[in-house]
Amino acid sequence: MNYWEFLIQYLPKMASGAVMTVSVMICALLLAVTISIIFGLMRITNSKPIQGVAFVYIEFFRGTSLLVQLYWIYYVLPLMGLTLSPFMSGVIALGLNFGAYGAEVVRGGIQAVPKAQWEAALALNFSSKQRIRRIIIPQTFTIILPPAANLTVELLKATALVALITVVDLMFVAKQLNATTWLSAQVFGTALLVYYAMARFALIPFLRWLEVLAARKVGKS
Amino acid sequence: MEWRWEFAIEILPRMLWATGNTLLAAGAGYAIAMVVGLILMFGQQTPYRVVNIVVRELVEFVRSTPLLVQLFFVFFVAPQFGVTLSAWTSAMLTIGLHFGTYLSEVYRGALEGVPKSQWEACRALNFSTVYTYRRVILPQAFPIALPGMGNYLVGIFKDTPLLATIGVAELMHTANALGAETYRYLEPYTMVGAIFLIISLPTALGLRRLEAAVARHQGKLNH
Amino acid sequence: MDTKHPLVLPDGGPLVRFADVTKRYGDLTVLDQLNLDIGHNEMVSIIGPSGSGKTTVLRVLMTLEAINDGVIYLDGDPLTHMPKGNGLVVANEKYLRQKRTGIGMVFQQFNLFPHMTALQNCIEAPIQVLGMNRDEAEDRAIDLLRLVGMYEKKDQHPSRLSGGQQQRVAIARALAMRPKVMLLDEVTSALDPEVIGEVLNVIRSLNSEHNLTMIMVTHQMGFAREISDRVCFFYAGKIAEQGTPDQLFDDPQNDRTKQFLRAVLDAN
Repeated sequence: MNYWEFLIQYLPKMASGAVMTVSVMICALLLAVTISIIFGLMRITNSKPIQGVAFVYIEFFRGTSLLVQLYWIYYVLPLMGLTLSPFMSGVIALGLNFGAYGAEVVRGGIQAVPKAQWEAALALNFSSKQRIRRIIIPQTFTIILPPAANLTVELLKATALVALITVVDLMFVAKQLNATTWLSAQVFGTALLVYYAMARFALIPFLRWLEVLAARKVGKS
Repeated sequence: MEWRWEFAIEILPRMLWATGNTLLAAGAGYAIAMVVGLILMFGQQTPYRVVNIVVRELVEFVRSTPLLVQLFFVFFVAPQFGVTLSAWTSAMLTIGLHFGTYLSEVYRGALEGVPKSQWEACRALNFSTVYTYRRVILPQAFPIALPGMGNYLVGIFKDTPLLATIGVAELMHTANALGAETYRYLEPYTMVGAIFLIISLPTALGLRRLEAAVARHQGKLNH
Repeated sequence: MDTKHPLVLPDGGPLVRFADVTKRYGDLTVLDQLNLDIGHNEMVSIIGPSGSGKTTVLRVLMTLEAINDGVIYLDGDPLTHMPKGNGLVVANEKYLRQKRTGIGMVFQQFNLFPHMTALQNCIEAPIQVLGMNRDEAEDRAIDLLRLVGMYEKKDQHPSRLSGGQQQRVAIARALAMRPKVMLLDEVTSALDPEVIGEVLNVIRSLNSEHNLTMIMVTHQMGFAREISDRVCFFYAGKIAEQGTPDQLFDDPQNDRTKQFLRAVLDAN
């Protein structure tokens, strides 16, 4: 069969796999963002113990392989009594892993806000909490958008790994189709094209739009 | 399920051998990636606009798609064209290309990070292109590139488990095999995680020290 | 515990008092047993070479940094310390927050909040810190922005404003908190020459019409001479000489003062 016939027959199935890919990504993204904010803030508190906890978490999840973390959550946790569905295992592993990278981005962003802003807020007698919430965090947001955007694209690519723990995403469908049809070039080639399309023509424009929004908030466009 | 130390010690030799294989795969893959990165970077700066655009699109494509899918593509598609690649060769080719695209971006960023005025000064002093690169530009580009290159070295190492999926006998693959043989997954998977930590944390620390040392050395020469 | 200094100043005393204040950065002594009184409604200018400690005087008064020795008083009560038993201990954050509200500061680099408009910059602290309601805060902010001539630009972000305009908003922002004393830290040093005048005009009107107590660190000798009640010349962490503008500029007694004034005049 030629490529066109191949697409007509198999693209719907791959599309449903892609939908699962996007679902995994969005859920993992929500978890990762939450963790990034919490642990990023923990890294800059004055309390040494809290800083330490965040440091250990971040270095642990950045220093170990995502696939190993994924397998551990899916295969080993059940042996300790905690059984999660493939989807949940995938989301949690991705969320914990990318949350660690995100926490470093948040930390870098907060530290990149000029010291003068902290001083101006102190001079106006803001409390520590008010200062961080009203003055520092909004400025951090603009700073962290570019590296956060990169991490998001990486997250999209990393979702392919959940196919290895039987989540029926785009990669899983591709492997299945390959095993049944042996049309490897078409199957994996199309899978690559779909991932590319998702990243280049949907995700990246969306992230760029966010950056424009943030710039507008600071009156820069 | 309880942790059994005897079992852990029993499988340690095999795990260590697999670790060696992993390091070999990561090292060889990275070496290939460094070269590919150079080729891809220069491929975007040729005088032929068509070549530049094609290479640029290729780099974007490889950077935007998952390594896992690329691995499967190379491994399964090659036979369709009559070339049977071993798991190892497929892995090296794919990793080399994938990380080569990342490194080409790191190189590009590092070169752009060297102030334009440096190039102009070399032109004014009538240095040859080779000399300009060798003695002025590359020494300044190197510290800029170092963090990125270091990150991807650690990154390649942490991506080696993906190679298990096409049969390369590295750490993850061995752990899977051990688990399938003995029905005990706790020790193998945990040891894999521990070995990764033991290798990548000191490496990351060492890289940071190296960056600082290079920066300090450069600081004495530059500003 | 500090027992050398009184727990409270007697009535009728200065608005601000530096009592034997010492500030060190590591081995470097930036303020050396400084004694300085600022009276109510007084306009004091501080001049001197870089590194003499001028800015540090403002910074420790604004409690941006802690002092190593001595006590600073604000309106009779200690500012950097709080009473405990029959002595003074270093103030905690809670105490500082109570007292700090009496001091306002305008910085050399303006330091407006970039993600807020001029108006929002001026209402943020009154709402969050003083607990004012929004309408009241906006009314006050609008009055102040009119005062500094920035009413037309109240809905602009700092990135759209020139340096001089930003600095005027910064003055309004500090005034919105109704401080007892305003600190001006080289507020025109970062401005292009053509906009320095508009900022100086605002300060001039604050001084003449509103009788605000101000401490101004500046390099603008002419301006300092024109509007100050007193000028202090700082050198190496101490006040080398102080007096009325006429006294200091026309008839300096200290050698260092003479040296400095000569250098400044030569540069002009």
